Amino acid sequence: MIEADVLATATNWQDQGHKVALATVVATWGSSPRPVGSQLAVDETGRMVGSVSGGCIEGAVVHEARQIMEGAPPKLLTFGVTDEDAWSVGLACGGTVKVFVESLV
Amino acid sequence: MKRLLLDKLLEARRGKLETVLVTNIESGQQCLVIDGKADGDFKPDAELFAAIRKALRDDRSGLYEDRWFLQVFNPPLRLVLVGAVHIAQALAPLAQMTGYDVVLIDPRKAWATEERFPGIRCVDSWPDEAMSDLALDRRTAVVTLTHDPKLDDPALLAAIKSPVFYIGALGSTRTHAKRLTRLRAEGASEEALARIQGPVGLSIGAKSPAEIAVSVMAQITQVLRAAPPLTPGDTA
Repeated sequence: MIEADVLATATNWQDQGHKVALATVVATWGSSPRPVGSQLAVDETGRMVGSVSGGCIEGAVVHEARQIMEGAPPKLLTFGVTDEDAWSVGLACGGTVKVFVESLV
Repeated sequence: MKRLLLDKLLEARRGKLETVLVTNIESGQQCLVIDGKADGDFKPDAELFAAIRKALRDDRSGLYEDRWFLQVFNPPLRLVLVGAVHIAQALAPLAQMTGYDVVLIDPRKAWATEERFPGIRCVDSWPDEAMSDLALDRRTAVVTLTHDPKLDDPALLAAIKSPVFYIGALGSTRTHAKRLTRLRAEGASEEALARIQGPVGLSIGAKSPAEIAVSVMAQITQVLRAAPPLTPGDTA
């Protein structure tokens, strides 16, 4: 399963001495490219494995993840549609997604 | 997430145990529930445990009460078929389509061939031996199809000693009654025998092998999802 690969990779990175954060899709509404339970792991060098979207929110998630792996508390992020036009033409990222970000300690 | 918990999660996955990671998304506290036992920052109360069991049964991760994220790590569903017969040729691909790993057991080498069962894992040892190698678990269903007591009976005896969620045996009501008598003589309890669905499948008037496969797959699904049987007048 993809989720397990993400988690196994996260442990490998930590074993190599890296700081690691995990992001998990916990809820979705409307159109969203990745289902609930999808995960992304990121380390302090910016390495990523897995995904929480089709690429639309990874940048923002990684930005938060870096602060969390440096010691900030875990955080629930919500990403929603801001552009009704994007939704009406059927873009994949027209939905809403909640992502929980935590560090691996 | 604490590394200790993640290591336990990965170990549970390797052991194909039913596992749910429960995260309080407000505090970040986590707890791992492996085969019904909780371990971690907190102990779930009865209501949360009920939600965890439902998430496992539905095989669906999600938020509970907007605060608890239940992440389900279920081992893959498996269907063990005994008998590389005509019905198996319809049932094996149907089960794969439904999301099951299919294992076909038949010691008769002329039957369980790649030509008759493309892409299906075939095991040509005797059913009792084959099934002890398969580590039957709660995500496994077993269906016997040979009509031959030499093959079906040992498979059924192995199945009723295991925690598989579904056991079905092909054969008429009369055949099934004789089968139960034989299994009783082998020491099987009434409680264990009641787990065997015989005649196998939902009663939909199935005639052809493909129709019988549909009725069996429908019944497996019904038992897996713990769905109440439909009564006349209900719509599915």
